[in-house]
Amino acid sequence: MDLRIDSHPTHTYGKFKLRTGRPFPFGATVVPGGVNFSIFSSHAKSCTLVLFEKHAKKPMAEIPFPDEFRIGNVFCMIVFDVDYENIEYGYRMEGPFNPQEGHWFDKSKILMDPYAKIIGGRDVWGVTPDWEDIYHHRARIAPDDFDWENDRLLEIPPEDLIVYEMHVRSFTRHASSKVKHPGTFAAIREKIPYLKELGVNAIELMPIYEFDEFENSRPNPNNPDELLVNYWGYSTVGFFAPKAGYAATGKLGMQVDELKALVKDLHKNGIEVILDVVFNHTAEGNEHGPTISFRGIDNRTYYMLTPEGYYFNFSGCGNTLNCNNPIVRNIVLDCLRYWASEYHIDGFRFDLASILGRDPWGAPLANPPLLETLAFDPILAKCKLIAEAWDAGGLYQVGSFPAYGRWAEWNGKYRDGIRKFLKGDAGRVGDMAQRLQGSPDLYAWEGRGPATSINFITAHDGFTLADLVSYNGKHNEANGENNNDGSNDNDSWNCGAEGWTDDPGINALRQRQMKNAVVMLMVSTGVPMILMGDEVGRSQNGNNNTYCHDNELNWLDWTLLEKNAELFRFFKHCIGFRNAHPVLRSKYHFSNRDYKNSGYADITWHGTQAWNADWSDSSRVLAFMLCGKHAKSGMVEDNYVYVAMNMHWETLWFEVPGLKDGMKWHVFANTGVASPLDICEPGKEGLLEDQSGLLVRDRSVVILVGK
Amino acid sequence: MAFDVTLEMENTTATITLNGALDASTAPKFKEEIEKVPTGKVKTLVLMMEDLEYMASAGLRVLIYTKQKMGAHTDIYVVKPQEMVLETLVKTGFDQSVIVVDNPPKIEKV
Repeated sequence: MDLRIDSHPTHTYGKFKLRTGRPFPFGATVVPGGVNFSIFSSHAKSCTLVLFEKHAKKPMAEIPFPDEFRIGNVFCMIVFDVDYENIEYGYRMEGPFNPQEGHWFDKSKILMDPYAKIIGGRDVWGVTPDWEDIYHHRARIAPDDFDWENDRLLEIPPEDLIVYEMHVRSFTRHASSKVKHPGTFAAIREKIPYLKELGVNAIELMPIYEFDEFENSRPNPNNPDELLVNYWGYSTVGFFAPKAGYAATGKLGMQVDELKALVKDLHKNGIEVILDVVFNHTAEGNEHGPTISFRGIDNRTYYMLTPEGYYFNFSGCGNTLNCNNPIVRNIVLDCLRYWASEYHIDGFRFDLASILGRDPWGAPLANPPLLETLAFDPILAKCKLIAEAWDAGGLYQVGSFPAYGRWAEWNGKYRDGIRKFLKGDAGRVGDMAQRLQGSPDLYAWEGRGPATSINFITAHDGFTLADLVSYNGKHNEANGENNNDGSNDNDSWNCGAEGWTDDPGINALRQRQMKNAVVMLMVSTGVPMILMGDEVGRSQNGNNNTYCHDNELNWLDWTLLEKNAELFRFFKHCIGFRNAHPVLRSKYHFSNRDYKNSGYADITWHGTQAWNADWSDSSRVLAFMLCGKHAKSGMVEDNYVYVAMNMHWETLWFEVPGLKDGMKWHVFANTGVASPLDICEPGKEGLLEDQSGLLVRDRSVVILVGK
Repeated sequence: MAFDVTLEMENTTATITLNGALDASTAPKFKEEIEKVPTGKVKTLVLMMEDLEYMASAGLRVLIYTKQKMGAHTDIYVVKPQEMVLETLVKTGFDQSVIVVDNPPKIEKV
């Protein structure tokens, strides 16, 4: 290609031709005739570009940035005629080494570009790295030529989402998955038909930014031949690069294409992609951690430091990213914009998001600039923004996260409230009514809609659903931390025996409790999220913190699909029911009024007697009816839906509210009866025998449809 | 590993035969041949890949460039790719942008 006249070299260094670069965009960008390298450091005195041939042990060149190539605090340089497909690059930064002042410059270290779009060095999952390597996580230059055809973000209304939280490797690593490339992005593509059959319309991927599975790796105390690793990946090496080890093509450097192909295919099938992103800390840990990138480039800018120069640890992982420093704010914004525009990512779930609202000294801000910036950003305007609204430093903001009309929250209070009601705790009915309605007590006062509430009963942190009904306490011995890790507040109930049992009565009750849970989740207003494998009864043997296990404790065993076909069928139909009934997916909170003159308010509460809910402390019973004429704020007409929940230990008669206009009640689901009569295909409900009411078995839930 | 690429034109069909390893060092040769294929006139582009033994990211980049250069009105056939090459096309989703076949299509008479 002919060079533009303003793209000719002006300098030389050895065999390399150079020109002053453009400060924006940061990172390495292919430009006519060469590559533009741009990196920021507010305290470095000088910077050297280090170039490697791909996989080479030693650099092929080290090119100091001439003084005139520094603009402000940005070192920028175009290097001509480099084979960008075949190189890896890093930087050496020279500056003060004085940890008390927050400076960790060390010219002997080669530093990874924080804006690296591909990172080599851990190309294939689990392959032991060369520990002597002078540059472990190697920045590479990514192409942006993917053929997206007409793909774009799906923009599914938030209240219509059903989210499936999953781990890329765990989903298909098990031999029973029968995929060609287990544990990869490509394998998820093979399993799209499964997700479609289940009925979910969004997947939330646990971290896929490049991380190092060998971080803090150690022998498994129960099996010395096996390593405990950084399996979940909540420890970012590079924010702009997909995890190479999650790509079947990682060893060929095509992880970008493979991930984009997955997103494109999911979109074709009506499934959104939400990324779990970790901006609260990095893989560099505390003073004793490795220097990979930020620490050596500009430690004092990127990290929150105590006055003595130590790392604040609001993340519980050694360091805390200084998110409300304007520079760090920009990198977070650049990163999310990149993933939204370059990878067509539909939404982001922010791990320990409350940290993003702290000032550089750790104090919570009333108006955190980063959260506001993300909320109003034009490129992210259609992306879902979801906060895990707490942090490891004690800040708990469920219901009060600074939202700017945009942020949704993982609703921890929903999880706790449902679990307590489910196991039959007394005094939970009033709270339950709030959770079922999308938690208006938490959100309506601020004008935030029900889709603010990401409703979940289980997530990667904590018990799986099968374990929630099988264990009273955590059993994390396999983690090698003397069972001290993981939450002690599980609100679980083992139904009569701790762990595995052959007692048919206990197993039947556990099965019923899992069905009760999914019913409650799918009839709740808000956005339901289910955990990978709960639909087939996946267990982690009572371990509620499996962050370090690359083994069957985490891997989804696909034979469960056959073994627990009854549960899968139940999940599938419950999800189908939610998808079929807009009355369950309201954009606005219920008004408790009849604004459609149907004769019924949009939501009404009942107990064993119709129109008379028992709100007393001893009550373990609640029923409600949604008026179909008020579906989607009265904009569409739907069936009526009645749900009776009996968490009492005795079977009870529930009187059901009468219907008008010749409508009759039909039975969609009854967890108190055996399969296949426990549920039916949505739309094929049989007539309720006695239209005045029905018996609801102990610890059972019934859904009726009025039509 | 050696690499060889040839281009033949007949009526509205262009046939490119690839042989050897398509990587960063050889991809520019492939791209040169693609540059010679006139857009608009060519309705069918046939890529004979039976003897292409390896394809790296740089090769995939040229394929993507080819698809975008030729536009939506040109059918691109990939003929008999070896397993490694086909796997790469599938894993990166490019198999959906081309037509993978065992035999080249019949050349259209003008």
